[in-house]
Amino acid sequence: MDLFEYQGKQYFARYDIAVSAGGVALTVDEAVKQAELAKYPVVIKAQVQVGGRGKAGGIKLANNAEEVRTHATNILGMDIKGHVVKRVWVEHASDIAEEYYASFTLDRSAKRHLLMLSAQGGVEIEQVAVTDPTAIIKLYVNPIEGLSLETARRAVVDARISQKAIDGVAAMLVKLYECFTKGDCDLAEINPLILKPNGEVHALDAKVTLDDNAAFRHPEWDEYRATEELDEREKLAREKNLQYIGLDGTVGIIANGAGLAMSTLDVVNQVGGKAANFLDIGGGANAELMTAALEVINSDTKVKSIFINIFGGITRGDEVAKGIVEAMNRVKLRAPIVIRLDGTNAIEGRAIIANAGIDESQLISRSTMLEAARVAVDLAGKN
Amino acid sequence: MAIFVNENTKVLVQGLTGGQGRFHGLRNRDYGTQVVAGVTPGKAGQDVEGIPVYDSVEAAVIATGATASFIAVPPKAAPAAILEAARAGISFIVCITEGVPAQDEARVFANLQRDFPKTRLLGPNCPGIISPGKCNIGITAGEIAALPTKNGPNVGIVSRSGTLTYQALYELKQLNIGVSTCVGIGGDPVPGTSFVDCLAEFQADPETHAIIMIGEIGGTAEEEAAEFITNHVTKPMSAYIAGVTAPAGKKMGHAGAIVSGGKGTAQGKMDALRSAGVMIGLNPTEACDLMSQIVAGF
Repeated sequence: MDLFEYQGKQYFARYDIAVSAGGVALTVDEAVKQAELAKYPVVIKAQVQVGGRGKAGGIKLANNAEEVRTHATNILGMDIKGHVVKRVWVEHASDIAEEYYASFTLDRSAKRHLLMLSAQGGVEIEQVAVTDPTAIIKLYVNPIEGLSLETARRAVVDARISQKAIDGVAAMLVKLYECFTKGDCDLAEINPLILKPNGEVHALDAKVTLDDNAAFRHPEWDEYRATEELDEREKLAREKNLQYIGLDGTVGIIANGAGLAMSTLDVVNQVGGKAANFLDIGGGANAELMTAALEVINSDTKVKSIFINIFGGITRGDEVAKGIVEAMNRVKLRAPIVIRLDGTNAIEGRAIIANAGIDESQLISRSTMLEAARVAVDLAGKN
Repeated sequence: MAIFVNENTKVLVQGLTGGQGRFHGLRNRDYGTQVVAGVTPGKAGQDVEGIPVYDSVEAAVIATGATASFIAVPPKAAPAAILEAARAGISFIVCITEGVPAQDEARVFANLQRDFPKTRLLGPNCPGIISPGKCNIGITAGEIAALPTKNGPNVGIVSRSGTLTYQALYELKQLNIGVSTCVGIGGDPVPGTSFVDCLAEFQADPETHAIIMIGEIGGTAEEEAAEFITNHVTKPMSAYIAGVTAPAGKKMGHAGAIVSGGKGTAQGKMDALRSAGVMIGLNPTEACDLMSQIVAGF
């Protein structure tokens, strides 16, 4: 789960990482209130999960209530690369002497934690990596040894960060590492990490991605969950406990297993179609689950055909077929289904579908993935 | 021969008295796997359809001589279960648990590497391993796997995805191609066993003549495999990579399947494998058809 900047800052604050005084606002009036609390001058920042906010006009400085009103009015509702701004973060403007970059991730190849640190912050780190790769230092941390203050200090010196900031940045790195590990982050990034003229080190931005698998030990994440930006289809799918990702094609997809679902998207694309979604129904593709899945797909008005791709392993094909037939009796579908059923008891399953008494134009069975994809794409084009 | 497990492997099941452990543990035994013990703290002295249950892995190992463990416990309990098995001297651990936090996986991996370098962990979040006709640990339906033929050629399978593993097993069976061992390494960010580990074993296994690899988007495991293949694998290979059409920044079901910052794309992985001499299928069926052509040349 990706956090908004303001949530990232609140999360950082839990680990004693210094952030600016500020608050979140959903309306112009609230923005003024937050500005008064934070003390002028303030910065008003659009809360969207996409880069390039500044360039799009989503970050503005305000010296008084009138300026806050003007900027907040402009920013709230603004469309930044397809993301509509629903909230702004208002914080006391910081004096900046220097800007650095710091992040922790899990390096999957090394199977170690990876610190990336640079004295060149405030810009896209990917750009720094291209133009001046030596400006970024990488330090691998063994997860069972952790990051000591001495090691952090050495990294800061290696990154050629100013003498006067060394202690502050090193201490900050240890706290950020704590947040990354104990806080179960996939990513904890500060860009820029600033040095103020008074010598304080401070997180001016926060980019945090949480590991959904760790939600069971973080009840405090519930509030972040509430602000997640899901479309209607994704909301319905979450209620039904389905692994669903909305896309923008016309062929609705249901498959069992994440790999097979991904593969189904690929095959639909290969034969000239576009998938409307990714949906992994999991191992037990019974009538309940199938009904729920079809309801979600049916709520997507762009869907012109539905491709159900099931491989029976332990899940038996005949049970899946019964589930589909039962689900079709429960949900009135707007688009025809093409089913490919293979694996354990597939022949029995296909017989159940053939004998279900459902019109062949509404439920079409094909024995291979490729054939079924062709029919589904064809139907999506025709309707 | 087969890799990692064979007909002599004695398996204990951590979580045998739970729903998943019981279901799959008994299926594994029905397949012919030597399932010799179960472990559930507080349930020593009980049995599950004749399989004795012990309080700890250590007690089960002492009583039965088990060398492999099948872990089917919830995500909260999985890290401790893995380390308990390693401490008790288990050399091969299969953990099917889905939903283990990445930080826990990283710590467990580092712990095994430092304290138990001889213990191999498969998973978490993997379908398991099957050496057809000999041993099946995990959730694979044994009946879809073709037995290896006496004089070959036989194929080894290694995959990051569960259902695509079954798909490959099934297609090879339709094509009458024998399978030496099929390993599902799982779709999590820090798998205990990598493609490279499996490729090295398959390369060394005289019963394996060719290899199918099934990868997916995210991470760099396929690229690392490609480099290893270039330098160390002489056996012919075909491969399929799932997720060509996956949008960037979205996790496609598996915790590890995500294209981020332009890295981990299917195209990049296919290109890397192709330049390592691997034949690439654009869907699982094509990868198996390519394998059929490879096998016909033996």
